[in-house]
Amino acid sequence: MAKPKVAFYWCASCGGCEEAVVDLAEDILKVVEAVDIVLWPVALDFKYKDIEAMPDKSILVSFINGAIRNSEQEHIAKLLRQKSQLIVAFGACAHLGGIPGLANVANRKEIFETAYKLTHTTVNPKEIFPQLVTEIPQGKLTLPEFYDTVKSLDQTIEVDYYLPGCAPPPDLIMKGVQTLLSGNLPPKGTVIASEKALCETCPRNKTKPDKMVIKEIKRIHEVIADPEKCFLAEGIICVGPATRGGCGERCINANMPCRGCFGPTKEVIDQGAKFLSALASIIDANTDEEVQKITESIIDPIGLFYMYSLPTSILRRKQGV
Amino acid sequence: MYKEITIDPITRLEGHGKIDIFLDEAGNVAHACLQVPELRGYERFAVGRLAEEMPRITETICGVCPTAHHMCSTKALDDLYGVEPPPAARKIREFQYNTFMFEDHNLHFYFLGGPDFIVGPDAPAAERNVLGVIAKVGLEIGKKVIDIRKRTRNIIQTLGGRVVHPVNGLPGGVSRGITKEQQEEWKKIAEDAVEFAKFTLKAFDDIVLKNKAYVDLILGDVYKHKTYYMGLVDDNNKVNFYDGWIRVVDPEGKEFAKFKARDYLNHIAEGVESWTYIKFPYLKNVGWKGFVDGKDSGVYRVAPLGRLNASDGMATPLAQEYYEKFYQTLGGKPVHHTLATHWARVIEAMQAAEKMVELINDPEILDPRIRNMDFKTPKVGIGVIEAPRGTLFHHYETDEKGRLTKANLIVATVNNSAAINMSIEKAARMLIKNGVVNDGLLNMIEMAFRAYDPCFACATHNLPGQVPIEINIHNAQGEIIRTIKN
Ligand code: SF4
Ligand code: SF4
Ligand code: SF4
Repeated sequence: MAKPKVAFYWCASCGGCEEAVVDLAEDILKVVEAVDIVLWPVALDFKYKDIEAMPDKSILVSFINGAIRNSEQEHIAKLLRQKSQLIVAFGACAHLGGIPGLANVANRKEIFETAYKLTHTTVNPKEIFPQLVTEIPQGKLTLPEFYDTVKSLDQTIEVDYYLPGCAPPPDLIMKGVQTLLSGNLPPKGTVIASEKALCETCPRNKTKPDKMVIKEIKRIHEVIADPEKCFLAEGIICVGPATRGGCGERCINANMPCRGCFGPTKEVIDQGAKFLSALASIIDANTDEEVQKITESIIDPIGLFYMYSLPTSILRRKQGV
Repeated sequence: MYKEITIDPITRLEGHGKIDIFLDEAGNVAHACLQVPELRGYERFAVGRLAEEMPRITETICGVCPTAHHMCSTKALDDLYGVEPPPAARKIREFQYNTFMFEDHNLHFYFLGGPDFIVGPDAPAAERNVLGVIAKVGLEIGKKVIDIRKRTRNIIQTLGGRVVHPVNGLPGGVSRGITKEQQEEWKKIAEDAVEFAKFTLKAFDDIVLKNKAYVDLILGDVYKHKTYYMGLVDDNNKVNFYDGWIRVVDPEGKEFAKFKARDYLNHIAEGVESWTYIKFPYLKNVGWKGFVDGKDSGVYRVAPLGRLNASDGMATPLAQEYYEKFYQTLGGKPVHHTLATHWARVIEAMQAAEKMVELINDPEILDPRIRNMDFKTPKVGIGVIEAPRGTLFHHYETDEKGRLTKANLIVATVNNSAAINMSIEKAARMLIKNGVVNDGLLNMIEMAFRAYDPCFACATHNLPGQVPIEINIHNAQGEIIRTIKN
């Protein structure tokens, strides 16, 4: 029997998701043995037309990492959708938009002005900005268009499964690959990680008081976090209650709170809103003034509650631009 | 009419780096350039974020060197809040950082740039990758490469929480300390790292330096540019990856400038071109004269060759021995041969490994005092570090609550962007004559490109190994009349 065909592809990504694949170390050989990799631009020479020539649905599964931010990425994502039975959004950027998705607080014009005009070291008296087409005496130079909005993969094509994390941990990657190859497929839309919130497996959970109340919000650099105690109970923002478990409590192990790279828990669409309601329920404030004081101490809710998920939140992007 | 040749290194499917070569009517190179078609806008969306979150946010600029961004950002926070980390915290950071430098330099040598040498520049493209390296050096050694990568990356994971995108940096310290058991375990890994670095240097010696053809290639004119060089040095002008003075030497090797991160704006400026999204830094006090070499041109180079040239030596004894041999073999300082970067890189891997040993054996590294929280009111914070691919700057400005109002980032590879363009143009000019496109062109350009280990190539994911390159030769009507690919 022919081996199942698998494709790896990346869109607007930092390269960390590929490092995570290399971090499979010896296990990568097992993957290579079990499947026939038809597309892996890092390792194999292939052309669009090779993929275009393949019959529809002839690839069993395509793993795609990175967000979508230009026309080329959109095009290949659509092509892979057509040729694949299954699409896996790999990593926080494909899943939720990721940290680069925070760019949706601004638009293309503002980003260009900042990068090419306003930054301290930039010297640009003639106000030159990158152009889609530049005429030089010898001919034309072209650049791809930079979209106004960063999108997650499922805002561009239909996605079957998600491998969360920035980057996904190698053990989950192996689990995902094995699950999909086993033929015993989970329901469509499954996020290959825990069904529960991070708090449920967090070793610090047991230190939470029965009735958790906090009077003030502390910033991570202003306190020495007790390595045993729940961050949130100590008044330090930790997005654990609104985040899907399965990462192995990686940041918590380094004595730092969670920022939510695994995305929202099951059936929750908006991770930030979910966290906010969890937070509201534990804040101990009696007067309006107290409420206001504590709200004001959360200086950057977008950066803290939506660090990895702005494009897929109900906020989506800065409006009116 | 001009002919256009396009080299699309990541084939067309990627769009992160494309080389265009234009020929004049006689068939000689009229123009060549590298376009970087990617921009992500971190300097804009940093505005409004909390300073203490910046080490987590900025590291997603690059998943291959996230530790460099994380650490540089953390150092910018030290400066922002006016705090020095306590000795143990500083040592933990330096240990983590040197571990990362070691691991990343190995990745480059065995997976990315090294295959050109180890397997050979004329070997079939399909073999010029890590598998070809393993075939050449043997499976045992291949396993050793995977093993040392795994163990060193585990150190980063333990300290940083995540290995891709660590989280442990805080202004004035780190979020967790080192236990006695970890120290014992890591001493062993550090010693093995030194042994591994010796092994790599010996392999370089046997495979490259004992082969006259390779040495001639390194010394050849195609890969030579007389530029300024920049790198971090300690008080004795020895190479330092984590901190120190930013030193610049001129094309003759004479000190041109030496300054602290805080003064960088007096020394570096960046120009903009309409045909690429990348900017072109240059030395402000020399000025931008275009994509040219020499003392009157503000173009400078960073990364391993830049660091060795900008220093007076290595900070550790074994690395120093190799440093001396490097300059003896290549005809004295500074070395202008781009391909020598590969050798410089493995010498640096040795220093990183020796530093790991030194730091992890320091009893003070176990001291539980790992935070200095004597914060001043934040305003401006500037951090500098030597990323594997060159000097990296993070500059933040904030309101009094520590929320960003402005950011400026000069990412390691960007420092080299003008030089990379020059290297490509030079290789093209030397290898295309009277319309005859030498088949070696593809590989030669690829090698010039790889020696810099450009970070947009990281960002464009040429992991692990082969960059697919395609040269399309167009006639005046834009039809492809010939295609060369690897
Ligand atoms: S999810 Fe994280 S590691 Fe993966 S591409 Fe995005 S930023 Fe990089
Ligand atoms: S809030 Fe954070 S620290 Fe507390 S239990 Fe949840 S994940 Fe753990
Ligand atoms: S603790 Fe949170 S931010 Fe850290 S890896 Fe896990 S899910 Fe991601």
